[in-house]
Amino acid sequence: MKEEPGYYDYWPYENRPKIKWPNGARVALWVAPNIEFYELNPPANPHRAAWPQPYPAVGGYSIRDYGNRVGHTRQMQLLEKYGIRGSISLSTALCDHHPEIIEMCKERNWEFFSHGIYNTRYTYGMSEEQERDMIRDSIETIYKHTGQKCAGYLAPALSHSEYTLDLFAEAGTELFGNDAGFYTCDLFHDDQPTPIHLRSGKRFVSIPYSLEMNDTIAYVVNKIEPRRYGQMIKDNFDRLYQEGAESGTIMCIPTHNYQVSCPHRLRAFEEALEYITGHSDVWITTGKEIAQHFLDNHYDTINDDIASKIVGAK
Amino acid sequence: MALDKEYLEYSKRQYGMDHDRYSWSMLEDRPKVNWPDGKSLALWVNVSLQYFPLDQKGIPFKVPGGMTMPYPDLRHYSLRDYGNRVGIYRFFKAFDRFGIKPTIAMNTRLAEKYPYLLKKVVERGDEIICHGYHMDALHHDGLAEGEEAELVSKSLDRLRELSGQKVEGWLSPARNESSITPELLKQNNVRYFCDWVNDDMPYSFNTENGPLVAMPLSNELDDQFILMNNLHSEQSYVEQIEDSCDLLIKEAETSGGRILALNIHPWLLGQPHRIAKLEALLEKLTSNPKVWSASASDILNAFENQ
Repeated sequence: MKEEPGYYDYWPYENRPKIKWPNGARVALWVAPNIEFYELNPPANPHRAAWPQPYPAVGGYSIRDYGNRVGHTRQMQLLEKYGIRGSISLSTALCDHHPEIIEMCKERNWEFFSHGIYNTRYTYGMSEEQERDMIRDSIETIYKHTGQKCAGYLAPALSHSEYTLDLFAEAGTELFGNDAGFYTCDLFHDDQPTPIHLRSGKRFVSIPYSLEMNDTIAYVVNKIEPRRYGQMIKDNFDRLYQEGAESGTIMCIPTHNYQVSCPHRLRAFEEALEYITGHSDVWITTGKEIAQHFLDNHYDTINDDIASKIVGAK
Repeated sequence: MALDKEYLEYSKRQYGMDHDRYSWSMLEDRPKVNWPDGKSLALWVNVSLQYFPLDQKGIPFKVPGGMTMPYPDLRHYSLRDYGNRVGIYRFFKAFDRFGIKPTIAMNTRLAEKYPYLLKKVVERGDEIICHGYHMDALHHDGLAEGEEAELVSKSLDRLRELSGQKVEGWLSPARNESSITPELLKQNNVRYFCDWVNDDMPYSFNTENGPLVAMPLSNELDDQFILMNNLHSEQSYVEQIEDSCDLLIKEAETSGGRILALNIHPWLLGQPHRIAKLEALLEKLTSNPKVWSASASDILNAFENQ
C-alpha cells in the first residue's frame, strides 16, 4: 500500500492562476444524476457485501428500483425546466435493462460517463486485467448504445484499486485515442480542476464532483432534513459564486433518482436550482465540457504553477 | 490477486429486471388512474400495531425498534407497549376528528393478547391487515422448511378468526421477506402486500402460485424512518409530508391519481409531544378537497376498477 494516492500534487488555494470559463462565468455548474442498476443477487465480493440484509434485500433493492421506475422522469423534467443537461454517472448495464431511460437522456443531449457496469460489482479484489476488462466493457457499452465516447469515470460504488484511473485513461485511449477517458470524478480534494499524474502521461484531469453535495451522502449517511439539504446547496453555491469572481470555480450536484426525486425531497432541490439559475455568470454545463475546456485552455499553465509550488517537498 | 471468473460474468444483463418478480415499467408511461369523485390523491394512513416480545431472539437480526439491552429490556418493551395502551387511542380520536379512514396493520400476537384493542378496531370498522405474528417473528431464508409456511398460515388464520375480517393485506415485520414469502402469502389468499417500495402505485407481483399486488407503502415517509432512523424533527416530518402531498397532487394533474401512503406508529407519533403534529398534519391534508382518505383495499379496488 502507498502512503498517498500520488495522482496529484499539493496546490494551495491562494495565488493560483486565474481560470476563465466561457463568457466570463464565475461558476461552472454541473449536475450529475447517477443512474444505477443494483442487482438483487450479485456474486459475492470478498471485501464488501452488496446488501446489509440477507437475500432478498427487499428494502435496499426496491428503493433503488424506485429511482428508475418513478424518480428518473421527475428529475429529468425538473432539470429540463432549469435548462440543465445531466451528466449521467451510468451503471452501463442499464443500457440493456432500461433502454427507455437511455433514449430519453440521449434525446436531450445529456452526457453519459462510466460508473462501471453494475453498482453491485466492486473493484475490490479484481486483478488489473479484470478491472481493465470491466472498464473497457463499460466504455464500449456507452458507445454502442449512445454513440458517445466516454470521457469520464466514477468507479462503481466508489470502489477503487491503485490502478483505477490509469486503467480508465488507457482503456479510453485504446478505444478512442484522446477523445475518451480524460477526466475522473473520484477525487474530492479541490473546487477547481486538477491535472492528474498517470503512468501513461496522458493529459487527464480531475473534475470536482462533491461528496458533500451528493444527495445520498446527505440523506443516507448524514441523514439531513430535505429543506436543509436545499439550503446547503444554496450556501455552497453562494461561496463558489463569490470566489468565482477571482478565478473560475466548479459546483457539482451529484444526485440519485431514488433520493432527490422522492416526493418529500424534490421541492427543496427545485428551490435550490431556481436560486442558482437565477444568477447571471453561471456556466451551466457538463462534466466533459468542463474537462475539455480546462485541457484546452488551462492545463499547461496550471501544471507549471503547481510545479513551482511543490519545490522542496520531500 | 483476482476475483472468481463469475464476478465478471453478467448472466442477467438483459432487457427488464434481473429477476422475474415483476415487469419493468416506468410510472410515467402507464395509463392514468382516476380516483372516485375526481380526487387527485388517495391518502392511505397505515397504522402499525406491533408487539415486541421481551424474550427477543433477534434472528436473523434485531428488529429495528425492538429490544437492544440485556434481558429484561423493560425500557423498550414498555415504551413500545405504550403505543398499544395510550398512543393508539390518541390516533383514533384524531382519525375521527379529521375523517381519516385508516388501515390497521396488526401483529397477530397483539390481537391474541389484547382482545379489547382488537374489538375496538373491529367495531370501528377499520380494515385490518396482517403484520406477521409479532415483531421478532421475522421471515427469512434461515427458517427450516415448513417453518415459514406455518408462521404465515398461523398469523393469517388466527387474525382472520379473531377479527372476523377477510384480512387480504400483508406487511412483513421489518418488511423482511424470505425468498418464498410472496409464494406463501398467495397460497394463504393474500391479495396484496406492502413490503416493496419501488413504486408510487400498485403493480402486479409474480409468485409461483399466481400474482399478488404490491401496494406502495412508502418507507421514506414512515415516521419511524424519519424520526427514529434519520433523527429529523417533528416539524421536518410534517414538512416532508406536506411537500410530498403538494408534489403528488401537482403530478396528478398531468399523470393521473396518486397515493400518499403514511405508515405511522402509535409508540412514536402517539406520544404527547408529537400527537399535535400529527393532528395538524391530518387537518391540513384532509382540508384539501383533492384528497381522498381511504383504506388500502378501497384504493386497490378503485385502482383495479379502472
